[in-house]
Amino acid sequence: MTTLQPLSFYAESLPEVETSELQGKLIVIEGPDAVGRTTQIERLRAWLEQQGHAVLDTGLARSALAGKGIQQAKEGNTFGPLTMTLFYATDFADRLENEIIPALRAGFVVLTDRYIFSLMARAVARGEDPRWIEQVAGFALVPHAIYYLRAEVKDLVSRVVVGRGAFDYWESGMDVGLGQDMYDSFLRYQLRVIRALDHMAKGYGFVTVDASRHPDRIFADLQRHITRLFQPRRRPVKRASTKAVKARATSAVPSNQDS
Amino acid sequence: MPRPSFVTNRFRGKLIIVEGIDGSGKSTQLSLLSQWLRSQGYAVAFSEWNSSPLVRDTTKRGKKKEMFTPTTFSLIHATDFADRMERYIVPMLKAGAIVCADRYAFTAFARDVVRGVSRNWVRNLYRFAMRPNLAFYFRVPLEVALGRILGGRDAIKYYEAGMDLQLSRNIVESFRMFQGRILEEYDQMATEVGFHIIDATGSIEQQQQQMREIVMRELAESLQNTVLRTQTGAPR
Repeated sequence: MTTLQPLSFYAESLPEVETSELQGKLIVIEGPDAVGRTTQIERLRAWLEQQGHAVLDTGLARSALAGKGIQQAKEGNTFGPLTMTLFYATDFADRLENEIIPALRAGFVVLTDRYIFSLMARAVARGEDPRWIEQVAGFALVPHAIYYLRAEVKDLVSRVVVGRGAFDYWESGMDVGLGQDMYDSFLRYQLRVIRALDHMAKGYGFVTVDASRHPDRIFADLQRHITRLFQPRRRPVKRASTKAVKARATSAVPSNQDS
Repeated sequence: MPRPSFVTNRFRGKLIIVEGIDGSGKSTQLSLLSQWLRSQGYAVAFSEWNSSPLVRDTTKRGKKKEMFTPTTFSLIHATDFADRMERYIVPMLKAGAIVCADRYAFTAFARDVVRGVSRNWVRNLYRFAMRPNLAFYFRVPLEVALGRILGGRDAIKYYEAGMDLQLSRNIVESFRMFQGRILEEYDQMATEVGFHIIDATGSIEQQQQQMREIVMRELAESLQNTVLRTQTGAPR
């Protein structure tokens, strides 16, 4: 693996982490629900391993500490928006400190299915203060690359209906009370999430990938980008930006204004 | 030290909180105060630090397996707090109750910072908290508090003693050092926050008297006009 610039934190350093020891590569796949992230990650993992990279993949609510608790909370009937945001932040912190950082230390490629951006987008979609959640998530490592699988709400609808056969309560944002039924609510909620992610794209240096196309074409795009990421750098590769959080005055996360 | 920013309480009900290190006697005092308020005919609600049923299993798992880092310890307590805020404290304040909270965000400001979390970060974390109408701080010298704790209660637990900080291998010594540092954080916070400071070395009766006087003086108008009274409460 090529030598990389040391990773850094967005705003707050985690106690007892020496970033110069982190030799692996942190790659984030972001995007709304049902956009096809899981499929891509599976393929990327196989491809990277074939090339000889050790890969760790991780994703929201999979932590040893908080994964079960979040699952239980989602099955109950009271899970407030702030509580949810903070529970997911706990889950993220646990995975960052106990999975992602150790794997990076060991030189792995860490492929993460979503990162702090989905967490922030969901919080914003639920009407929370964008600057608040941005600061809360400030202990995250700035990834080497963030690939944003972008699609329109209509694309997501067809994937949900054809692919999964049913709408999910939380993916439809039913807890926010945006529509009469899951379909109405899904449209409004996912639109908010997509808008929030779109707003973050520039400040955080997302590489946007058109995810309305066939999965093979999305995969080809991702492969091309990632290949470049592993090449010794002659010209600067576009890197995820640290600017967003550091420039506090103008938040990179939009406030939710469509309600 | 950065001043915390909270949400202003615009509801009918009032929020009273107590803070202090373990063994300062704050819980005893708050319990006496709530009983007294109830006997006066007010609707009183009570909320305790780290008591949300939604988060309980996770906290238990983390403590049992010693999985917490300073960051996750801080975040899980904020999650617990958020749940109580959203599900209990805010609805009760809206309804007009006097909400009595045993420990509040300031506990996190003291403990989490001692664990190594940044002061600014943890203050931002709790920005969604309702600003208390009255905040009491029970100030007590470390040795007095330690005497009360070590004399009376069962074995001190791992996180309570700050064993995760590896200050000392001896649990009592670790507890002593940890509580001492927390005390310093509280003392530094006292002016910034505007705590009503109660000398917790005084007699229980004296302290209670002082609390009641402060409540009557500071909340007189709300107690008279807006706070919810129980139907069967004693006549004024």
